[in-house]
Amino acid sequence: MMPTSSLTDRADAPQWHRTRTIENPWARHGLTALAVVYLVWSLATLEINWSRAADGLPRAVNMILRMLPPDFSRWSLLIRGTLESVQMAVAASFFGMILAVPLGICGASNLVPKPVYLAARAFIILSRTFHEIIVAIFFVKIFGFGPLAGVLTLIVASTSFISKMLAEDIENMPPGQLEAIRATGATFPQLLIFCVSPQGLPRYLGVSIYRLDANLRHSTVVGIVGAGGIGQVLAASFSRYDYDFSLAILLTIVSLVFVGEFFSNWVRNQLR
Amino acid sequence: MLKISGLSKVYPTGTAALKNVSFIVEDPKVVTIIGPSGAGKSTLIRCINRLVEPTSGTIMLDDVDILALNRRDLRKVRRRMGMIFQEYNLVERLTVMENLLSGRLGYVGFWRTYRRAFPPKDVVAAFALLERVGLSGYQSTRADALSGGERQRVGISRALMQQPDLLLVDEPTASLDPKTSRQIMRILVELAHERGTPALVNMHDVGLAQSFADRVIGLRGGEIVFDGPADRVTANVLTEIYGEEDWSTTIRKVEGETEKPARGPSDGKDSLVRESLA
Repeated sequence: MMPTSSLTDRADAPQWHRTRTIENPWARHGLTALAVVYLVWSLATLEINWSRAADGLPRAVNMILRMLPPDFSRWSLLIRGTLESVQMAVAASFFGMILAVPLGICGASNLVPKPVYLAARAFIILSRTFHEIIVAIFFVKIFGFGPLAGVLTLIVASTSFISKMLAEDIENMPPGQLEAIRATGATFPQLLIFCVSPQGLPRYLGVSIYRLDANLRHSTVVGIVGAGGIGQVLAASFSRYDYDFSLAILLTIVSLVFVGEFFSNWVRNQLR
Repeated sequence: MLKISGLSKVYPTGTAALKNVSFIVEDPKVVTIIGPSGAGKSTLIRCINRLVEPTSGTIMLDDVDILALNRRDLRKVRRRMGMIFQEYNLVERLTVMENLLSGRLGYVGFWRTYRRAFPPKDVVAAFALLERVGLSGYQSTRADALSGGERQRVGISRALMQQPDLLLVDEPTASLDPKTSRQIMRILVELAHERGTPALVNMHDVGLAQSFADRVIGLRGGEIVFDGPADRVTANVLTEIYGEEDWSTTIRKVEGETEKPARGPSDGKDSLVRESLA
């Protein structure tokens, strides 16, 4: 007999069990049961109208048939819309990058006094609260249809996104470097130039390029509520039942997003 | 030169890190501060340049009352105190030269900082220091490409670029291997003596502290329990500072080393430093 097994035979042998997130078995199994009951109940109350769903099927087939083949004959409109979307995305990314720098710095708790930090963070959270579509509707109401509303929408989104990332990146900096530069008698702007900027720049550029890619995608969406770009052309084609033209636009958007994604990945790889 | 009296620090958590600490550093000497973890060594060093704000007491550097200064004047007095850290705290993505020149930030304006346009005499001084610490030719190497010992040489050089009146050194060798630790301590002590700059050095390693210090201050629980010449650190003193332990090995090691100053097998850089010393 192995000596170990004689040890486990003893009544006072030490025992070990895995620690669980919820130790109480009643609470643990109860929560699982609750989740199952909720799932069943929510499926039961969904009231899916199966006949309506069945009616939709031939309509979908009809729509797809009318989409084919895609109609690229109005290519000048297509190109104008695409260029407008790209311009919107580039302009929004550019201004977002610039505006995000002061906002991001003010949102870093290890650099600024508490009240400044809280104000900046509140501003960032506020501008991230509403989805781009809602912000776009708002700007369309104020500035009318067209790319201006779209650009402003994307600037708001880019600024809040980049500044949040920047602030968190600065907060994650090792505190020692800041301490060392402060200890030399450097001023706050010098601290930014000689420590925060060299350490944070690569990630800031990476995030900004990612945002350019995201703006390219979002610029096609905000157009649907009338904020310019290829999305506006798409919305117009749908409402006029020009489904073949719609497909052409969708294909264009797909290729645009592909190119954007590829470009953004390439640039971010170069930065590493 | 440096006069500390009645210095206390209570952290917001309620921990009393320093209790009524007083001492004077008059001559350009190397003073090591030893004591167990949590004794307040780091807090003491950081109170002197107010990286940590003391709760009460006074700190006089010559005739400047450091704790009474506003932010602008505090920056001016920080220029006079060079600080060296355990984790080196170099700006990793900057070059060795830029890290050295950051020691001059207190003396240049915003645009010169932005354009890295430091006065030529600063650059000359930086090259001289690089040679002195055995890092000739490293000026364009990025700090994150250096080894621990090399980083600390840069850290020491950055502090000395300030031409400080006082060196504040926080555990300079705690992240280094024993041989590199000795090399770094030797460079540090040599440079401090050469330039007549007093240095306050926090240390973990009692043997190392004793063999390189002129004077030792022992901290326990935020209070000074020993202050005297390095050779008067006995087993009883260590028991007073750290608590009961068999100190015979520590003491013997120290005695062995003070008799014949330790010289590790020299590598190229270290011999370079020694040559420039001779």
